[in-house]
Amino acid sequence: MTDESARVTPPPDLSENGIQPDRSFEELPDAPPKQGLKLSLVGKISVVVVAFWMVLACIGPFVAPYHEAHFIEENEEGEFYDDPSYLSPSSQVWLGTDFLGRDILSRIIWGARTTIGISLAATLLAYALGIIFGIAAAVAGGWADAVLSRLDDAILSFPSIMLGLIFVAAFGSSIPLLIVLAGVVYAASVYRIARAFGHEIIVQDFVEAARARGEGLWWIITREVLPNAAMPLATDFGLRLVFVILFISSLSFLGLGVQPPVSDWGSMVRENLQGLGNGLGGGALACLAPAFAIASLTIAINLIVDDVSAKAGGSLAKKMI
Amino acid sequence: MWPMVLRRIGIGFVLIWVVSVLIFLVTQVLPGDAAEIRLGQAATPETLAALRKELGLDQPAVIQYAHWIGDLLTGDLGISAAGGATIASLIENRIGNTVFMTAVVTVVSIPLSILLGLLAAMYPGGLIDRAVTFSTLGLIAVPDFLIAIVLILVLAVQAGLVPAVSYLSGSESFWKKLSILALPIATLVIVVSAQMIRMTRAGVLNVMSSPYVEMAILKGVPRRRIILRHALLNAIGPIVNVIALNLAYLVSGVVVIETIFAYPGLAKLMVDGVQTRDMPIVQACGMIFCSTYVVLILIADIASIVSNPRLRHPK
Repeated sequence: MTDESARVTPPPDLSENGIQPDRSFEELPDAPPKQGLKLSLVGKISVVVVAFWMVLACIGPFVAPYHEAHFIEENEEGEFYDDPSYLSPSSQVWLGTDFLGRDILSRIIWGARTTIGISLAATLLAYALGIIFGIAAAVAGGWADAVLSRLDDAILSFPSIMLGLIFVAAFGSSIPLLIVLAGVVYAASVYRIARAFGHEIIVQDFVEAARARGEGLWWIITREVLPNAAMPLATDFGLRLVFVILFISSLSFLGLGVQPPVSDWGSMVRENLQGLGNGLGGGALACLAPAFAIASLTIAINLIVDDVSAKAGGSLAKKMI
Repeated sequence: MWPMVLRRIGIGFVLIWVVSVLIFLVTQVLPGDAAEIRLGQAATPETLAALRKELGLDQPAVIQYAHWIGDLLTGDLGISAAGGATIASLIENRIGNTVFMTAVVTVVSIPLSILLGLLAAMYPGGLIDRAVTFSTLGLIAVPDFLIAIVLILVLAVQAGLVPAVSYLSGSESFWKKLSILALPIATLVIVVSAQMIRMTRAGVLNVMSSPYVEMAILKGVPRRRIILRHALLNAIGPIVNVIALNLAYLVSGVVVIETIFAYPGLAKLMVDGVQTRDMPIVQACGMIFCSTYVVLILIADIASIVSNPRLRHPK
């Protein structure tokens, strides 16, 4: 939202960039300073949280106490429960059991794989589609740009959850379909950002120089445009991942996403909604724990993005979102 | 300015048309034969052919679309595949409930967000600002249903103040309705306000960094007066834009919230329709929600055109 005229590159501040006059230059003196990524304390904690869930998503099935579909029938002494559903937390089941008597902790650990796996795959798909079409539209221009951009407007004129509902109504729900659905829905916003960056970079002198040298389209995209758009796109990736996690979880929560018996954080909240009425002692945890798992992941990613964009290219990234 | 506004309204109509084409394509043409789905196991070649003829499926897609959109515009929304009731009557029963809930949310959340946004912007970096910024950042990243279930647990289950399920019989008085709806309304207000507070704060702070505000500071005008007289007035355009955008987000919010509280509204009708694959309901509700969304986005755009002279005269 800044004026064109206000966007003048400030002169490089030698003292802050750590360039000492007595040291030999490793790059040209007018090259932009290399920015190291320094996170605040909150940012560091967030990185730990995100890393924790990512690791759990990979090794979950090996460390979980039970299988995701295992019914707890007897306690540690071998006595059978009258009703194993909504057990309170104990040394046997650390977070209690759900409405069918399955271990909540195990299902959260297994669910990490489903929730994070689907969201990550969908976001990567969204990025692949959005960046390929966005940069291509910016570089090619003309009717290809016009057609792609109008199609993009059409997808963006739907609330994402509505697109989800309409597609699930038509095609039913399966994990591959969810990935493609979320991938296409969110590719529309990635396309917009990628195209805007493409336009901004394509008019720069160094691209013109490359064109004048006779470099091909692919070379210009991979060597000149993408590296310059990488940092803002990386911060946007984090935000987009949060949206996708929330989108998939909401669909699952509505009973239209991941189908049982596969555990997934969103559908776990839905299944155990009845337990909420029993209060904290008997069942509310079954509903709250998976919801807090989603929240811890999305808040942590958001805080990292906030931290990174405050330090590097913040204004540019904010302008695009 | 007017040609631009008219142009935007024209684009809005085109978008609604595109939305209708997409909904029709996805729900009627792509999934295959609706007659086969409807009849399921009981399908024989004769009954299939008869039902296809009855539903008009033997005609080309363009003709089918023309019939469909014609019926939609004349208010003939078709018959629910499940119950046999007309969709118009189903929607009529429920649309009032959804409108009532969103209206109350709007009336509560707009003043609340502007007030908190202003308070935060008044002393950037201060205690209020940090508390507001941090909590709204957290709330934005949290799924809607988390806020709902925490509120249910604390206010309905533990404290027993309000009902956890928002069932309406239709004969309640206004205040009774409000107390039954307290939880869904509170949830939606929190969800929508978090976004609006952040954007209001950003809008006011953006104005605060402009030269004329600097001039006012140098003149010695008190900070409160600068915010209310200079910054707020100039931020009104962006704030109206933000409000319209966030009402558009409400369209998504009601889907999850009505389901949690089993509230008999339009979104619940649609979600139930999706679960039973009742296409006429999905089509009708989808059109209502998506058109509302497009119209609200349109209002947001027009607000920013009207309030910003630079957009009125593009280069």
